[in-house]
Amino acid sequence: MKGVIKKISSDPLGLIGLCLVTLMVISALGAPIFAPYDPIQLNIMERLQGPSVNHLLGTDQLGRDLFSRVLFGGQVALKVAFVTIGLALIAGIVLGLIAGYGPAWLDNSIMLLFDTIRSVPTIMLALAAVTVVGPSITTVIFVVAVSSIPNYGRIVRTQTLTLKSKDFVKAEKLMGASLLRILSIHLLPNILGPLLILASMDIPTVIALEAGLSFLGMGVKPPTPSWGSILNDGFTLIRNTPWPIIAGSIPLVLATLGFTFLGESLRDLLDPKLRKLL
Amino acid sequence: MTLMFFMIHLVPGDPARIMLGPRATPEMIADISMRMGLDQPLVIQLIKFLGNILKGDLGVDVLSSRPVTEIVFGQLPYTLWLIFSAIFGAMLIGIPLGCYSALHRNTFADRVTGVISVACITAPSFVVALYSLLIFAVTLKWFPAIGAGEKGDFFDQAAHLVLPAFAIGISWVGYLSRLVRASMLEVLGENHIRTARAYGLTEFTIVYRYALKIAILPTITVIGVGMGFLISAAVLTEVVFARPGLGKLIIESITTRNYPVVMGSVFISTGLFVISTTISDLVNASLDPRIRDNL
Repeated sequence: MKGVIKKISSDPLGLIGLCLVTLMVISALGAPIFAPYDPIQLNIMERLQGPSVNHLLGTDQLGRDLFSRVLFGGQVALKVAFVTIGLALIAGIVLGLIAGYGPAWLDNSIMLLFDTIRSVPTIMLALAAVTVVGPSITTVIFVVAVSSIPNYGRIVRTQTLTLKSKDFVKAEKLMGASLLRILSIHLLPNILGPLLILASMDIPTVIALEAGLSFLGMGVKPPTPSWGSILNDGFTLIRNTPWPIIAGSIPLVLATLGFTFLGESLRDLLDPKLRKLL
Repeated sequence: MTLMFFMIHLVPGDPARIMLGPRATPEMIADISMRMGLDQPLVIQLIKFLGNILKGDLGVDVLSSRPVTEIVFGQLPYTLWLIFSAIFGAMLIGIPLGCYSALHRNTFADRVTGVISVACITAPSFVVALYSLLIFAVTLKWFPAIGAGEKGDFFDQAAHLVLPAFAIGISWVGYLSRLVRASMLEVLGENHIRTARAYGLTEFTIVYRYALKIAILPTITVIGVGMGFLISAAVLTEVVFARPGLGKLIIESITTRNYPVVMGSVFISTGLFVISTTISDLVNASLDPRIRDNL
């Protein structure tokens, strides 16, 4: 772990990425400590102010402190990103292993399912789900997780297919190892590397998607601060003040940029062969 | 599509009741249920629904009683224009940029282009849209902010297209330039390029007439497969610029809980995605004889 961090730091872009990501994680986790105000505390007397010593990024139309909202918005972004990708990874690994190791008919039906999911644009799937069950963080997490399962599932399947005819797997089988043992102890560790890199490169996409859906009013519900909903406030106020847009976009852009730089340098470092694949 | 059908019908609560809101009378609910065919058994509903799709009938908008196909296809051209002008602009800038980077590999200019490309890719399209709206439409007033322009007035429509297309296209500029750079570097090392060099052709002819023809193949595939991302970006951008199109239609239908229109738009956009993937495969085959022979 120490070696990895040291190596990433030797690549300038990786270092920038690492710094941005650390900054984001610390500011999100420490939001209750760092935030000078309650993010949902209304203060109509001080609404629509520009940046000042009291309000570092100004205030919105209800007088809420934008800096505090941005910090707490980071919590939402991180939570959505990690929960979503975790769920998608687990489902992708299970389905991918079954498809790669199981009988052909099962493989075909799982691949058909993957193709079906992939053929619907994520935002469209999310909007359709929101129409039915209503907007909430859970809906966003669920939809984005479902739509990213095929990405992971396909890689797991391909790797499993190539590995299952290798000698060490055959040997295990002959020695009477159970199916679960072969899959979890012998196949999985060989697959996990590229999968985790792919997942780390998906974090910015998921963060941007959550912000996009919240911007449309289809994600996080109103009083909860999210970068997307701050941007939505800014959008309705665009002719009055630029500050909510600036406040909402800076952390969003820095976070996506940071995770992208970090993910790319991680990929180049751990597995240069993946460059072409991803 | 069947998945969506069940998603809507298996959720607790009567769709007709949800659509009409809390103040609906039982008579109104019964009327809407009958018009949507909700009073029949689920299996019959599903068979009817799938049969209608095969006939090209996506149902009737319950609120305005117009056919959904008419509504969706009325909005589709706006979205298509937006997507195509965005991707065309991105190709116009991104491909030469990628070629330049590949030819000046590992120079300072190449590194700078690389970093800018990544920055372009990661910038979410609706954030770019918001900033271009803020800077060019609201502050500088260079371009109009709202709508798609007067019908029939080409210049007005083009002016309304610039900012939204820019917002969607910018990330593709970065993406395409990186992609072209990578595949160009690979192609330039191949035998037929060395032969062309040996014949003494100019560098320009070699790069743009011989190498690019092959180096562009992955780009076409990526654009075809990227249609899903383009549609997603278009939805957000249309909302920011209050432009008519599929995105705005679907958002408005969601707020009025107009299920048939939502399903119709999702269906059409999915179809768009499938068609574009197929087209990109065919274009690839026509450009590269090796793929053509395998078909």
